[in-house]
Amino acid sequence: MSWIENRFEEGVIVTSLDWAINWGRSNSVWPMTFGLACCAIEMMAAGASRFDLDRFGAGAFRASPRQSDLMIVAGTVTYKMASRLKRLYNQMPEPKFVMAMGACTIGGGPYFKHGYHVVKGVDLVVPVDIYVPGCPPRPEALIEGLMRLQDKIRAQRRTKSVMTKAKEAALA
Amino acid sequence: MSAKITPIIELLQKQFSDIDFAPAPLLEMKDKSAEQWCVHVQPSKLFAVMSFLRSDERCSFEQLSDLAGVDYLNFPKAKDRYGIVYSLLSLSKEHRLWVKVFVNDPNPEVPSVVSIWYGATWMEREVWDMFGVRFSDHPDLRRILTWESFEAHPLRKDYPLTGRGEREDFKVITRDSA
Repeated sequence: MSWIENRFEEGVIVTSLDWAINWGRSNSVWPMTFGLACCAIEMMAAGASRFDLDRFGAGAFRASPRQSDLMIVAGTVTYKMASRLKRLYNQMPEPKFVMAMGACTIGGGPYFKHGYHVVKGVDLVVPVDIYVPGCPPRPEALIEGLMRLQDKIRAQRRTKSVMTKAKEAALA
Repeated sequence: MSAKITPIIELLQKQFSDIDFAPAPLLEMKDKSAEQWCVHVQPSKLFAVMSFLRSDERCSFEQLSDLAGVDYLNFPKAKDRYGIVYSLLSLSKEHRLWVKVFVNDPNPEVPSVVSIWYGATWMEREVWDMFGVRFSDHPDLRRILTWESFEAHPLRKDYPLTGRGEREDFKVITRDSA
């Protein structure tokens, strides 16, 4: 994910840096303005004053994929949209996360059997980190999903992983 | 019959004496003046009839308010497979008329009316996309709602309801495989 990744052993400096980076990243998850259907209304409600995503540092909805960390896929993804969605995902800078919001993005929702035009789950197009079920999910559910995403970000480690160490030992 | 549309249909029959328009109301109604009338035209004569309806002063249908496709597969008493329904509206003369054209497999094709009403562009593209009826002389007949590589026409009655593009047919993309 970055130049620091997998370069250093665990130690006081690296783990402190880890903590600081994770603290910063998890508390400024800027989502992309990307609403596709009715879920977008709930996403807007979550961003507005009553639920206020800004309390979690995720209220700055960016109009450009270049400035955002999180793509909340809010709504039905059609096949025609899928290529655009993939392009927007590719335009986002690392670290990037995808949240599948609502039944349609998880598995096609009401169109999962008979819809000829709907992608049967957005995880067939882009890798998904968090699934938020509901049709549409309440803003509370979206906030819950965001908090689980923050947990996921906080669990990221930049130190050498066990796998890397084993690989190096095998090569040496 | 609505008093406004009667002279239009009579005019059409006089102008195109070789066409059997078979005028009929879309729905039988108690209030005869509220009935909405429909005429039938062969695909080969469609463009001439439509040009006349648009340009003649007594008709002056300035607006093509809708253009729809119908698949009459297994429809009771239906003789033809596809129907294209044009819904015309005259804003200046305040009357409406429906025009129906029927086409059949294997090469369903009707003349495009884009040169008469430019608004027909997207509606004809949609009928092509959903029913596979081609519009000859259309300036840009691409799919409009489904994606370019899609091969079927999903609003045809013989399009299967299940079994195409199910979730199990695809691979889930993970962070490592992306």
